[in-house]
Formats: sequence, C-alpha cells, structure tokens
Amino acid sequence: MGGFPLRQSIRYGLLAGVAVLHMSLVGMVEAFSRREIVKDTISMGQLLLILAILVLAYVAARRAVEQHPLYAVFSGALVGLVAGALLAVLALLIKPLGMREVFANASPRLVKILLFDEEGVAGVARLLAVMTASGALAGLLELLPPRVRRPLVYALLATLTLGLLRDIFAVVLPRKVSRFLYTSSGLTQAGLLTFLAMWGVVFTFWETLGVRLQREVRSLPPAQQRPLQWTSYALVAALLVGMPFILGERGSYIFEVLDIVGIYIIMGLGLNIVVGFAGLLDLGYVAFFAIGAYTMAVLTTPELQVVRAVIPQMTFWEALPLALLASLLSGIILGIPVLKTRGDYLAIITLGFGEIIRLLVLSDFLKPYLGGAQGVTGIARPTFGDWYAKDPQDYYFFILIAIAIGFFISVRLKDSRLGRAWKAIREDEDVAIAMGIDHVATKLTAFATGATLAGLSGAIFAAKLNSMAPHSFNLLISINVLCLLIVGGMGSLPGVVVGAFALVGLPELLREFAEYRLLVYGAALVAMMLLKPEGLWPETLHVRELRAEPVKVSPVPAAGEAPGSK
Amino acid sequence: MNLLEVRNLRVAYGAIEALKGISLEVREGEILTLIGGNGAGKTTTLRTISGLLKPVAGDILFQGDSLLKYRPHEIVQKGIIHVPEGRRVFARMTVQENLEMGAYVRSDKDGIAEDMEKVFTLFPRLKERRNQLAGTLSGGEQQMLAIGRALMSRPRVLLMDEPSMGLAPVLVEEIFDTIRELNQKQGLTILLVEQNAHMALQIAHRGYVIETGRIRLHGTAKELSTNPEVQKAYLGG
Ligand SMILES: Nc1ncnc2c1ncn2[C@@H]1O[C@H](COP(=O)(O)OP(=O)(O)OP(=O)(O)O)[C@@H](O)[C@H]1O
Ligand SMILES: [Mg+2]
Repeated sequence: MGGFPLRQSIRYGLLAGVAVLHMSLVGMVEAFSRREIVKDTISMGQLLLILAILVLAYVAARRAVEQHPLYAVFSGALVGLVAGALLAVLALLIKPLGMREVFANASPRLVKILLFDEEGVAGVARLLAVMTASGALAGLLELLPPRVRRPLVYALLATLTLGLLRDIFAVVLPRKVSRFLYTSSGLTQAGLLTFLAMWGVVFTFWETLGVRLQREVRSLPPAQQRPLQWTSYALVAALLVGMPFILGERGSYIFEVLDIVGIYIIMGLGLNIVVGFAGLLDLGYVAFFAIGAYTMAVLTTPELQVVRAVIPQMTFWEALPLALLASLLSGIILGIPVLKTRGDYLAIITLGFGEIIRLLVLSDFLKPYLGGAQGVTGIARPTFGDWYAKDPQDYYFFILIAIAIGFFISVRLKDSRLGRAWKAIREDEDVAIAMGIDHVATKLTAFATGATLAGLSGAIFAAKLNSMAPHSFNLLISINVLCLLIVGGMGSLPGVVVGAFALVGLPELLREFAEYRLLVYGAALVAMMLLKPEGLWPETLHVRELRAEPVKVSPVPAAGEAPGSK
Repeated sequence: MNLLEVRNLRVAYGAIEALKGISLEVREGEILTLIGGNGAGKTTTLRTISGLLKPVAGDILFQGDSLLKYRPHEIVQKGIIHVPEGRRVFARMTVQENLEMGAYVRSDKDGIAEDMEKVFTLFPRLKERRNQLAGTLSGGEQQMLAIGRALMSRPRVLLMDEPSMGLAPVLVEEIFDTIRELNQKQGLTILLVEQNAHMALQIAHRGYVIETGRIRLHGTAKELSTNPEVQKAYLGG
C-alpha cells in the first residue's frame, strides 16, 4: 500500500482547472447557462463545469484506488477542490483586475454563474463545496461495483438528456405532466427526482433481468429466436409508423429534427456500403447527394426557362427515378477512373470531385441550367392524387421508407457473394484478385450503390425544402456522414442510426449553442476515438479485433525466425 | 504435354526491366520449381502469369491459349491460382471464411463443403481453429490457410510463391510434404517459386534457375542438385 497520491491528484485538479477556466473565458459557460437543467439549481453551463470535474476526478480516482479504496474519494475531492479554487480566483479577480477588457466573456454574469448566484464568501464557499462534492462523487463512483455504478451513471445521463431535450418532451407530454416535470427552460426539481427514480429503476432492471433475458434468448435455438426477433422488429416498425399519429400536431418540431436525422441516415447507409463494406474512403460523397437533389430540383421546378424549353416540368414521381439514375451513373462515371487508385489517393480524388460538383452548381456559367448561387425554388412535393406532402410528418414517412429500403439493400448485400467480395477487397485487394474477384466491377458496384442511396436522400431533401441553395452541399456534409459512421461503428447498420442521432440529432436540438457546436463535436470525436474506438454500436467482429485479441496483420516474418529457409 | 508455357517474357517496372526474356514450360502433373535469389524476378514471373502485370513482350500460353487477353479474375476462373508471397490471409475473417473466399469462383455448394473437409484433413490444425480470426493464427498456420484457400478453388495449376518464407525448418518440412502429397495423390500441377533450393529440389521433378531476370539453367531436379554451379550458389556447398 503506497501513500496518498497527492501530487498526481493536484496535477489532475490543475488540468481540470485549466479546462473549466477555458470554458468560462471563451464564453461557453455563459452561453450554455441560458438553458437551465434544473430550475433554480443548476444550469447547463454549470453542468458543463461539473462534468469536466467529474471526468478528471474519475480518472484520478481510478489511479488512487490502487493504493487505498478511500483514497479514491479523497483524490476525487482534491481534484474538485483545486479546480474549484482556480475558478474562485477567477471569479474574484474579474472585477478588480478589469479582465473584461481582455476577455470579452469575463462578464458580471459569468461571475454570478460561477458563484451559483451568491456573492462574496458565500458564493466562493458554494462553488468550492459543489466542485469538491462533485469530485468526491466521481471517486465514490469508482468504488461502487459496476453492477451498481452502471445503472446510476446511465440514469444520471438519461435524466440530463431529458432535461436538455426539454423543448421536445415538454411539448409532447400532456399538459399537466409537462407542467409537473418541466419549466420553461429545464426540469423542475420534482421532474429531476421523478426522472432519476424512473431511469434508476429501468436501468437496474436492465442490468439484472434484462441481461439475463437477453442471454436466455441468445441460447435458444435459432428457430425459436426468429419469431422473437421478428416480433421485436414489428414492434419497432409499428412504433415508428405510429408516432406521427400519436403525437399529432404537437410533434412538428420532433419530426423536423427526425427528418434531418433521417436524411443523414439514408446517406450514412450508402456511405457505409462504400467505406464500411468495401473499404473505399470516399470524401466527396456529398457530390452524389447534390446530384440527386439537383436532378429533382431542375426537373420539377417551374423556373429555369432554358431547361423548361427542352424538358417539360415533371412531378416528384416522374423525377425520382431520373434522380436515382443520375446519381447511379455519376457514381459509375466517377468510379471508373478513380477505382484504379487506392487508399489515400482515392480519398483525395473523391474530395476533389465533391468540390467540383459544388463549384459547378454555384457557377454563373451554369446558372441558366442549375440556378447558380441563388439556387432553385418551386421544387415539386410528393403527391398522391389530391394529397401532397407538406408537414415534416408527411416527409417523415417518405424518409422512413427510404431508410427501410437502404436497410434492406444493406442487409441483403452484406452476406451476399458481392458482400463477401467487398469484404475481401477491404481486407487485401491483391489476394482478393487472386481469389478470382473482379476488383474493378466489385468496387464499382459499391460506389454506384452508395451513390444511388445518396441520390435518393438528396431527392427527398430537395422536395422537402422546396427550394435549394448550393451552399447546402459543402464538404462538411461528407465529413459529417463519415464521422457518423465512425461514431456509430464502421460497417454496422444500427451504428449508422445511433451515429446519426448523436452527431446530427443532438446538435440540431442544441442549435442555440451553434457557435460551440463544432468545438463540442470535435472534443466528442477525440474522446470517442480514445475511449470507444469501435464505435457506439459496433459490428461484432470489429470489437473482437480492437479489444480482445491482438491481430497480427503483418505478413512479414521477423528476422531470425527462419533459419531453414534461406 | 505443356499445360502452361511462358515464351520469351519481358516485364518492366517503368524503366527497370525485371524480366529480360524468360521462357519456361510447366508440364501437366509435375512440380516445377523456379529458384533464384532476392530480386531475381520470381515474384514478377508469377504476377505476370496471374495477369497482375502486363508484359512488354512475349506470351503466356495455357493449354495453347494466350492468357494475355484475359483479366486477372478470368485467369483464376481458368484454374490458375496464385498463392501470394508472405502468407497473405484475410486477417479479419475467420479460417472458415477465408476458405469460403477461396471458393469464390465456384457455386457448387456440395462440392465446396466436400473440398473444405478435404482441406481440413490435409491440415487438421485449421479444423480446430476454423472459427478463429485468421490474423491470430501462427505463421505456419497462416501458410497452411493460404494453401488451403487456394485449393478451395479446385485449381488446375497452383502458382506458389515462396511457401517456406519465414517458417521454422520443421514447418517447412511439413508444408513441403503436403505439396508433394497434393501433387502425387491429386495429380495437381504446381509451379513452385523458392529461394530454399535445397527443399524445393527435393520435391520437384524439374527446375529452372533464374538470375537477374534471365533463366540461367534448367533441367531435372536431380541434374540441378548435382550441378556444381547450383551447389555453390544455392545449396551452400
Ligand atoms: N513494384 C515494383 N516496382 C519497381 N520495381 C520492382 C517492383 N517489384 C519488383 N521490382 C524489381 O523487380 C526485380 C524482381 O523482383 P521480384 O519481386 O520479382 O524478385 P523475387 O525473385 O521475387 O525476389 P524475392 O525472392 O526477394 O521475393 C527486383 O529488382 C525488384 O526490385
Ligand atoms: Mg518474391
């Protein structure tokens, strides 16, 4: 048993301190404080500070626990205290030093937030108490057995999420319930306790009974598992289809967000085939999305006289197959020259292609055909007889169907002969060729399938917006889609959905913090790669490879291994 | 009869000519070995036969038909299977999946299952590890898998690139026994590229010696192993 790791704890405390000081001075804390998590108790800005403490205190506690269990708590508390002290110094010095002159965000309001709405000594005491307690709590968490810790952490996270997503749930819930749980900007204290209790029960149940249930289902013979599986699929499908009817008018905002997430899911499924299945790194994927969208736009708009003179205006349904065809063909046309290159080169060339398409639709030269910088308006909406899609709920159904198609295609292809050929090429292209795989045709199908799904997504996107600006089709979309695959788990279909919700849905809901979106996003990606490189919902094989067994990929023999061969 | 014939083959990487006019014949049912030192052009020869490289001049005939007009996967369909240098297995697939990939060009399910059993009889160690990821196999097991995978396509000719590379002597012995067995029991024609001339000449019927892109010598295995030049350069004595 060693001594108390004093220096190490202080080091983590200083680290946490720098993090929270930074967040305060760049204005994040203040911006996020506009949203309350729990009424009169804690704002999101304060939560941000506490989270930073929790994470670093937990890491420190994890190291300290090796010496003595109690040290975990002390070490965590010390981290909180040190970081809290730094913050307190900041809060006290802002005014006397006139820090506002240098740091625009060092405002009296920030001081108020940092001191938890109190002043002077009382405020500092409160700040230190909260931070120290948070650190100690993180240390305590480390001491708990995983069976207890996990439900607790999940329940906390779930409750916070529900607080964050107030805008959605407060509207969806029946009035009285909503009043009880939510204020105009966060949870009520009663809401906090209710949700904590509810999630606590749910996750405890899941950790014990749920896991056992899952294991039992797994051990059933496949013939008995299948009906269960289908029942669960049917339930999910029924819920997805039923949601707009249950929520009715109240759901507009939710569906607005779900539609955007859905558009990304369709693209994600397509790119998953290209990158996840076939291993072709495509950084210009947005090009195919743009081609689908623009085909839909150009064919159905009443504007663009030059085009209308040649091609009559079409309906959504007439233009849709053409949009798919256009993206499919462009996938093949781009694919042919590009697929002879490998790895890094492929990434660069596709990147260039994406930019070329964006510049083309922006150009004045093509303005009579594509609308130039102003884009296109008056794009057709999907119709059925007299009915036409107008609300987000209506488009939700179209997107749902497109996702189902994307899922179906992916599932069927994955275990097909073609799917195996993709996998072989992803693993080792030379050997795949030696197995008799036509690598050009195989890669081309992956590219074309992916492009078509992006085109489908783009066509629906164009119809949903009715009007379109070329600025919507920038590199960031390609990057976003790629990131959602990585976050969800490369090659995994549920991963695409999880990734899209995490990277598109959440930021969409937190629009008011737009300035810091990318910052948080980047931090989340880095953390993700360090903590869970296989993604949130990985393909099973991938986990094995990154975690359990070290895979020897190098075929080159070590020197001296082979005395007899030379 | 000559199953495979290489005529005056010249292959260049850019300005560097790796093969400067190579001719060789592979007869039906034999083990032919191509021996030579580092950089002699052995791998280049095999890659050109497989269609991965285009020759500058010369021709490759399979049963009298020129292979130059075919793409690599079409050459595989003809039954010319390449076991690449350095035991390249699909690391993130299981042993069984690797073998299934070997049968990619076939569609007869029963035949494939039967051949997989045959491979497992040939290499019992692979059977025990059929659900293990190939990347986690030992070097010797990976070489067995690479050979087994090639067999899954029911080859007419097996082009093997240095199967002994990086293996302990006992394992080399084991692999070469298997190669001989495949040739004797199943009548498989094999073009065996080796640096390990000692072992190769023990199991081969005939051999060619290649040096910096040219065939230096050829003859029966016996002739070559008693040839003083070969003994000096490749057999360490
Ligand atoms: N991709 C390439 N680009 C340029 N030169 C190459 C390339 N591949 C091989 N060479 C050159 O061609 C010559 C023959 O190489 P090859 O790989 O056929 O030799 P090898 O007989 O198989 O040797 P080893 O026994 O070391 O595998 C060498 O000089 C090599 O440097
Ligand atoms: Mg070689």
